[in-house]
Amino acid sequence: MCGIVGIYYKNKELNTQLGTMLASMLVQMSERGPDSAGVAVYRNTVHPSKTKLTLHAADPEYDWDGLGKLLAASLAADVEVKVRVSHAVVVTNAPLQELREWLGSNCPDVRVMSAGSTIEIYKEKGTPREFVDRFHLQDIHGSHALGHTRMATESAITTQHSHPFSTGLDLCLVHNGSLSNHNRLREQLQREGIEFQTDNDSEVAAGYLMWQLHQGASLKQALGSAINDLDGFYTFAVGTRNGFAVLRDPIACKPAVMAENDDWVAMASEFRAIAQLPGVEQATVWEPSPATVYSWGSE
Amino acid sequence: MSEQNPLRPSATFPLGVLAEIHRAADQGMYEIRGFGTKRSLPNFDDLLFLGASMSRYPLEGYREKCATDVTLGTRFAKKPIELKIPITIAGMSFGALGANAKEALGLAATQIGTSTTTGDGGMTNEERESSKTLVYQVLPSRYGLNPDDVRRADALEIVVGQGAKPGGGGMLLGQKITERVAQMRDLPEGIDQRSACRHPDWTGPDDLEIKIQELREITDWQIPIYIKIGATRVGYDVALSVKAGADVIVLDGMQGGTAATQDVFIEQVGIPTLPALRMAVDALKELGMHRKVQLIVSGGIRTGSDIAKALAMGADAVSLGSAAMVAMGCNKPVYLEDYQKLGTEPGYCHHCHTGLCPVGIATQDPDLESRLSPEMGARLLRNYLTTLTLEVQTLARACGKSHILNLEPEDLVALTIEAAAMARIPLAGTNWIPGD
Amino acid sequence: MTEFDLATDSVRALNQSLHDSPQGHWRVSHPDGRHCIAAGVDAPVEIAIQGHVGYYCAGMNKQADIMINGSAGPGVAENMMSGSVRVSGNVSHCAGASSHGGLLVVEGDASARCAISMKGADIVVGGSVGHMSAFMAQTGRLVICGDAGDYLGDSIYEAVIYIAGKVGELGADCIEKEMTPEHLKSLKDLLTAAGVAADPGEFRRYGSARRLYNFNIDHASDY
Repeated sequence: MCGIVGIYYKNKELNTQLGTMLASMLVQMSERGPDSAGVAVYRNTVHPSKTKLTLHAADPEYDWDGLGKLLAASLAADVEVKVRVSHAVVVTNAPLQELREWLGSNCPDVRVMSAGSTIEIYKEKGTPREFVDRFHLQDIHGSHALGHTRMATESAITTQHSHPFSTGLDLCLVHNGSLSNHNRLREQLQREGIEFQTDNDSEVAAGYLMWQLHQGASLKQALGSAINDLDGFYTFAVGTRNGFAVLRDPIACKPAVMAENDDWVAMASEFRAIAQLPGVEQATVWEPSPATVYSWGSE
Repeated sequence: MSEQNPLRPSATFPLGVLAEIHRAADQGMYEIRGFGTKRSLPNFDDLLFLGASMSRYPLEGYREKCATDVTLGTRFAKKPIELKIPITIAGMSFGALGANAKEALGLAATQIGTSTTTGDGGMTNEERESSKTLVYQVLPSRYGLNPDDVRRADALEIVVGQGAKPGGGGMLLGQKITERVAQMRDLPEGIDQRSACRHPDWTGPDDLEIKIQELREITDWQIPIYIKIGATRVGYDVALSVKAGADVIVLDGMQGGTAATQDVFIEQVGIPTLPALRMAVDALKELGMHRKVQLIVSGGIRTGSDIAKALAMGADAVSLGSAAMVAMGCNKPVYLEDYQKLGTEPGYCHHCHTGLCPVGIATQDPDLESRLSPEMGARLLRNYLTTLTLEVQTLARACGKSHILNLEPEDLVALTIEAAAMARIPLAGTNWIPGD
Repeated sequence: MTEFDLATDSVRALNQSLHDSPQGHWRVSHPDGRHCIAAGVDAPVEIAIQGHVGYYCAGMNKQADIMINGSAGPGVAENMMSGSVRVSGNVSHCAGASSHGGLLVVEGDASARCAISMKGADIVVGGSVGHMSAFMAQTGRLVICGDAGDYLGDSIYEAVIYIAGKVGELGADCIEKEMTPEHLKSLKDLLTAAGVAADPGEFRRYGSARRLYNFNIDHASDY
């Protein structure tokens, strides 16, 4: 069980506030999620010829520069590496498939957290306060972001099991709730070629969306299908390259609050995460209806 | 029948299954009954104590003390609960039980120095006045729940589920919804009570955490808050209960009783108390919370040896439901015609749901209730609890313990492979724990 | 006038004060979505909360008159026994859950499960209510000036629902019933007490068909 938060700027001039607002929202959700925290931030879109990956290593002394050099040499590619705590953002013109294979073969201790042109995902064990401080979240600027604070229910507390889950380019999902048919669904999706790293139910939801998008569905359609295919209680927030979406299951026992003003759209599990945001006085605050897809930005 | 033509029973369709299918075809409704699971399950009888020997010395009775006191709710509450014995009385509703029975439970508990628990029907004055230490349940139905009783409770117990039917709500059939019961539960008289299976205003441990905060705010953080769970995904549930802020966890194994629910629920849902207890203790230890968040285990606790074994496996206390009723007369061979009128016999009766309890416990009928006076019920129960305590002390002393909470898993061995695997206790005569 | 500013004072301190020395008028500012504000009050005090509150505001309220000038999170006035709670904005789910008495007035909308498990209170909603409202509502009155989501009154016992707007798919055992002169009077008095200007004549009444009160095989599909 958890707290989820999301912020999306309609007014791009506010992109510099992303980290500060996100940090404040995340910390307000600490009691809902004391075990681990994670964010997906959308920023610094790379050139179309390049791919951006976020990588994670458990070893705090991991030699990221070494990895970058080796990668550049092995794949004859341009590689830039920027380290942030236990993660590294790698921007390269190497093709994604080769990149994944090379990493899989050569760096077994490194996990790919996200891939795309814009998204960066950071997740770690520890309280949200610790996370915000360690990652200097306040310094991050961007167009939109999702965050998650985790109270582990059925799967372990590890970085890997934390949200956001990303199973597609620039796509991520955070989840508050508990699915009830994810095990069989995981098997079905695996047969369709979707890969999973964990036994976490939220990862199955992310994989399901990815599968739907692969089939040609729009994000709205994919979430609409999710209402029928996913069983259980959930509030989902989904991030895409240019936008974000929110969906609650038909019974809607897990909380969700949304707020929108001229400058931004925010969502959170509890209003108090939104209460401190600048401009909240002018915002319309509402509760999203069950089984209804809300989305902003293009898909 | 002859030797040439013996009758061959079917193991797939034995007499009981045949009768049940005929009944279902007749009535179009699931079978509802009381009591707990009747099937044979691995339980504490499959464990044995290693008494004293050359390497381990026993304590003498009487002068060499074996203390039995337990404190519950040390984590956050300003007023934890002090018990003289590690045996409490589990939640059973006024409605399921009559007022005399509830009062008897309270009197006995007060006399011996332990607590009783309200049930899915609210708090009666009889039980508050008779029971010195009363735990007040907060259930999905919220029948009778009110802040005055919250404020005069010694602890609160948020019921997520019970062992007899984890995932199910309370049930009371029309024949037991008398005027008084109806008034306490805000229901029309004589109807079949349909109960919710989820709490109305929270779902999930993250929201439960806030609900616990609310109850603490209402009680000014004075009294302990328990969370009661039916045994299913025990490891996760215990961890989440700790994270949600519980002071005490009450774990009810599948042998736990009920006054009325679907037979299929009683028999086919939940896990036995034996593995549940082990999983709970493992989860608490992993969080560094063993003995800091206390664990009360229930579900088919019957004897002093059950209790001693549960404590050895890591429980802080046990809770009795069915056994307390048996002590007061449930299934006693008296009033035989009344058992027969129900279509049963002493020793087989599970007819709490009918309201026609022959011994006056699980009934609202005044004539039947008169068969159990509060004083008599209290004496019987007190005697039983005293016996249990003496049995626990006997076993603990034999293992060299001056306090019953010093019993350990290493004092035990298992008789069967299932029990060894479930309890993670070695098979007697070996070092083997299946699965290691 | 007792003032508490939750930007600097704690909810714990506020609640302890309300429990220890409840007199007269109270004003609470900057609630900012905090939880359990004014939970467990048991005195005829007046409390005005300026802003939005989180979960369980006014939980188990007895005797107090509580005004929330803003919106409320889940479970507002849950298990209320007496007194009143008025919300100027909207309320989240489970508003008035299991409430036994008193009056809850929501000037805006309520989301899912409004009046769930209600046990005798009066709840008046100026706007609309979400799905599963009055689920298992045992007794009491729910008045909805706007519309109701699906499954209104699912498994309802003896509670009464008055609604002026549209009703989605009805819950199990919930049916429309006749508005008698007694009901019109009852509704009129309640609307007056709630300070809601609405014409009782525009409302319809819903309640239990009472077919689930004792099991009958012919109603098995309702379960």
